[in-house]
This record gives sequence, C-alpha cells and structure tokens, in this order.
Amino acid sequence: MSVPFGLDPGWLILLKSLVIFVFLVLVTLFTIWLERRIVARMQMRIGPNRVGPFGLVQGLADGVKLALKQDIIPALADRSVFILAPIISATTCFIAFAVIPLGPTVSIFGTWTNLQLTDFPVAVLFILAIASIGIYGIVLAGWSSGSTYPLLGALRSTAQMISYEIAMGLSLVAVFLYAGSMSTSEIVSAQQNVWYVVLLLPSFLIYTTSMVGETNRAPFDLPEAEGELVGGFHTEYSSLKFALFFLAEYINMVTVSALATTLFLGGWRAPAPISTVWAGANSGWWPLAWFVAKLFAFIFVFIWLRGTLPRLRYDQFMKFGWKVLIPVSLVWIVIVATARALRQSANVDSSSLLVIVGVILTILVVLSFVLDAMISRRMPREIEPEPEFDAFAGGFPVPPLPGQKLPTPAASAQTISATEGDSRG
Amino acid sequence: MTTYLATGVATVSAGETFAFWVLAILTVGGAIGMLLSRKAVHSALWIALTMVSLAVLYLINAAPFLSMVQIIVYTGAVMMLFLFVLMLIGVDAADSLVETIKGQRLAAVLVGIGFGLLLLAGVGGLTVNEVKGLDAATSPAGGNLQAVAQLIFGRYVLAFEVTSALLITAAVGAIVYTHRERLVGKPTQAMISRARFTSVTAPRSPMPAPGVFANHNAVDTPALLPDGSPALESVPAPFQVEEARTFTTADGRVITAVYPEGDDK
Repeated sequence: MSVPFGLDPGWLILLKSLVIFVFLVLVTLFTIWLERRIVARMQMRIGPNRVGPFGLVQGLADGVKLALKQDIIPALADRSVFILAPIISATTCFIAFAVIPLGPTVSIFGTWTNLQLTDFPVAVLFILAIASIGIYGIVLAGWSSGSTYPLLGALRSTAQMISYEIAMGLSLVAVFLYAGSMSTSEIVSAQQNVWYVVLLLPSFLIYTTSMVGETNRAPFDLPEAEGELVGGFHTEYSSLKFALFFLAEYINMVTVSALATTLFLGGWRAPAPISTVWAGANSGWWPLAWFVAKLFAFIFVFIWLRGTLPRLRYDQFMKFGWKVLIPVSLVWIVIVATARALRQSANVDSSSLLVIVGVILTILVVLSFVLDAMISRRMPREIEPEPEFDAFAGGFPVPPLPGQKLPTPAASAQTISATEGDSRG
Repeated sequence: MTTYLATGVATVSAGETFAFWVLAILTVGGAIGMLLSRKAVHSALWIALTMVSLAVLYLINAAPFLSMVQIIVYTGAVMMLFLFVLMLIGVDAADSLVETIKGQRLAAVLVGIGFGLLLLAGVGGLTVNEVKGLDAATSPAGGNLQAVAQLIFGRYVLAFEVTSALLITAAVGAIVYTHRERLVGKPTQAMISRARFTSVTAPRSPMPAPGVFANHNAVDTPALLPDGSPALESVPAPFQVEEARTFTTADGRVITAVYPEGDDK
C-alpha cells in the first residue's frame, strides 16, 4: 500500500511534527549518555552511573543544571546577533528531519499514512539547503561574540563546512543517478533489492567521511579545538544559549546518520538475512526498529571515532577535503555516469561488469596515489648535482623551471623574517 | 507534491494570499534593512533574509528545485562568502561613509531610477495570452524537476555550458591573479623558530592579532595592550599608514596610533 504525500489531515501533521521533535530530543539525551558511557569504557573508566538506572537520566540532570546557570552576554558582543545565532542553529537542525522516512505506510488511529512528515522531489537537496542555513548559526555566534577565539573558530567552521559540503553533495550524485530521484522515500524504495552501500561503496565512504567533517565531530572538530581555541565559536556562550548549540550538534549528528541510513543502508528496510526469512519484517511498525538500529550503529561509529582518533591539523584537514575527497568523488561520478549511460543508451547488459571495472579503476587510482606518496617519502631520489637555482641571476626575479629546485631559505635570514611577517595575523 | 495545483490565474486561495503578504513584507523588509543597517554584517543578514523569503515564495509557487538552489547557492554559498570576507578582514565603519568616486551617489540614483522604469515598462508590456497551467507544462516531462532538467540540458544546453565556462574562467582568472611564484623554498617551522630566537629585535612571543580587542575587527585597527596603548606591530605592514589614526575603544576612550617615521615596511 502506498499513500501519496501531502494529503494527511491537520491533526496528523501536528502529531507527526510533535513526535519528530520529541524523538530527536530523546535521542539526543540518550546519545549524550551513550557517548559518555562508551568513551568511558574505551578509556577504562565507568562513566556516569548514579542518576537513574545505569545513569540514564544523567543527561537530563545536566540539562537542568545548564539551564539554571547564569546567562552571560559579553560587553563587546553584538547583542541581537548573539541571541539570534543559537536560535538559528537549534531550529534548522530540527527542520531537516522532516523529510527522513522513518518507516513505510502504517495506520495511525485508522488513517493510513507514511511514517514521514513530508516528502517532495528535491527532499535531499532540502536537507543540504537547511544544513547550509545552519552554518549561519555557528558563523554568527563566532562573529557576534566580539572576541578572538570565537572569531577564529567561526572562520574555521565556515571554511570547513563549505568545503565538506561540496564533497558531501558530490557523493550524493551517484545515489541520485541510480535511484533516478532526489526524493527520500523513492530512494528507499529503489533499494528494495540491493542497498547502495554495496553498489556505490566509494560514495558511501566519501559521504561518511564528509558527514563527520560537516557535523564538526572528532577527529574533524577544529572549530572548537580546546587546545587551540578554548571552546571555538561557543567560547562566550553560557546557560541555555550554550545548551542550544549542544543540542544542535547532537541533532545534526542524528540527522546526517539518518540521511546515511536512508541513502545507503536501505532506510527502514530490514537487513538481508531477516527479510528473506521473515516476510513481515518490512511492513507495519517493525521497520522503525530497523531504522533506529541503523541510526545508532552510525552514532556508535561517531563515538568510536571520538574515542580513538586524535584531532587533525587544520591544513592537513583542508588538504584532505579539497585534494583527496573532491577529486576522488568527481572521478567516481564520471565512472558511475558512464556505466549508467552505457547500460541505458548503448544497451550494454553487462552492467555488473562495468561496476566491477569502475571499482577496480578507482582502487588503482587511489593505490597509485598512495604508492607514489609512500615511495617519494621513503626513498630520496637520486639527483644529479645541478647548478644551484638563482632566482635573481639576470637581475630580475624569475620563477624556477620545472625540475629546478628552490634554494633552501636558511641561506638568508632576511627571507625568513619576510615570510614570517607575511604569515602573521 | 503532486497536490500542487495551478488551476488558473483567477483563483488564488486564501492561504496563498496570506503566505504572499507575509513573504512580501519579509522580502521587502529585508531589502530595506540591508540598506539601513550601519554594520556590514547586519546588512548581510538582512539580505540573507530576503533570499530565504524568495526561496519560500518559489516553493509555494511549485518551483521546488529553484527554491532549493536559491538557498544552497545564494544563502549558503554567496552570502556565506560575503560574511567570511567581512569577518576575515573586517570593515571599518568610518570608511563606508566617504564618497570615494566623484558623483557616484547621483549616478547611482539615476541608474536606479532608470532601471526601475525599464523594469516597469518590461513587466507592464507583458501580454498573457493563454494560461496553460503548471501541470500541463510539466507533466509531459514527468514532473517539475524533470521538466527543468530537460530545458537546461536540452533546449538551453548551450547557454548553460557558456555560463559555466564563464564562471570557470573567472575562477581560474582569480587564482592566476592571486598566485605568487615562489623564488626561494618554504622555510620550515624549525627554521622560523631558530631565526626568531637568534634575532635580536624580533619578538619571541606570537604577534598580537589586529583589531580584536578594539571596538571593531578591521585589520588596520591595532590591538590594545593590557595598559590600553595600541600594539602597533599587530597591524600587518601593508596597512600601516603614514598619518595618525584615531579610534574609539569599547569603553569610550579615544586612542591615537602614530607609526614612527622611517619604519621599514
């Protein structure tokens, strides 16, 4: 049974919105507890276990404590923008969840409806658009605080989120090509036979990497790097305003995980062995359980990453985004598009062969890059002694030709002080 | 989405009228706020509001793709880039009031009025013969999105490609203009550190950042030292101007920064 979107009665729309809101807040509280317990386990500690059974209510207690703290607005802050920033952050993160399909068509009080607030032909673009508005919250928080570290944190996060949004958008293109749609429910129904994580593994890897960068989570949490920026963009925030940023970060984590589940892990569909054994696994309310299970699998990976990996250096991080993720996803899109075009237009039946060829090619390209980098690092090349390159040989500064090596700057102390002056500020 | 209807020009539902007036006030209000704001970042925020309101207007007029592109490209990328630059170099409020080009205001007013007249004449001269309705226009393609795709990559593919070529040329041009060929190798962190500590005059600690302790974050505004005097070396060399600069701190003190004569820059 399938029900079109946009025909729900008013009370059902209100009910769905309320349930999504409550669901996200509860998941956030649970995730905070989960994160603290799991990270504690990974660090051979016990973690919060006093408030409620297994310490489950610890998050709520901390939330109440946070709300009752003194709310400070710095004297140099731009008051209106300072207050606006956490509101933008917290509202946008809830909106994105409206187009995530949580399950198939079910009956609620006798009305058949989809377990999804709404859906439209560009639902995935909608999530990207909302995410790009959400960046405003962080950027404005950093600017309006009127202080150094928040400004630096905001600048970092702008650059980071814009760069990783490109990689994220590119990783989605292959899914759109295969599903033939940008609507979330149609993407889920297109994965009836095979999940896109199998078919489009490189896209999945690029998406999962960029989603960690997009949510500012470790090891990509440079906008709030404690060691360098105190607290980054939210250094000057306290009390409920800080709580809103905290909430937004966790809900964004849930949203990108939900999107990954929808686009690559078959959404609410039961995992392979279950659906073949048990026919009813993909109907009724059960799919909601599969969806939540997949969601928390992603959240566990987020926590695992945080407990395992050290933070990247900023330049390495940007280099990785622009010089590795984006080119690799562009090459992958070309491969996928070629395979699709050959299959559809030229009637090449051996589409599976093409996919395998594509995977092998991508692996070869990546391997060649990795090997090249490793060889050039391990073995210093044999260089014939060339005459030292002098940029000012003819009286005018001339850049080196390909193959000519620049002289080491230690020769002149003047160069160093000049370069140092440039990098300041 | 399939429930979007465009039954004709004569019938406009009450909901649509209400949404139009709310969005119209937000859109125009944002534009006026952009003009009247004193701070550049506030202006940028107002115009972001205008852009988002326009996107919602597109959405309720059954143009979902245009709406999303409007938000992703204009609000998410273009306006964010503006904000980025404003935050990075800062804008001195004192600079913006000076008319740098002679007669610019008069020219701006004249061109603005001219453009408005042109727009009025253009819109007023439109004749609508027969309204087909959105469904009739897009259903042969299989939907709004598919219809847009067919137009972009079919009928208007040349214009589309030419536009993208122009944009790529502009981007490459910007890179070429700002690119500087290195004449000597890049000093390593160890080299810089050694040079700093063997030099007699260079400060051992990191340089203070410009502007951030004063009442605005423009790069040409020096930082304040703990005793309230300006830290002159915090301003990058190209911005160290000859004449004395006066600025007001957050607590209302007026401080004058004078760079010493013959300072090598």
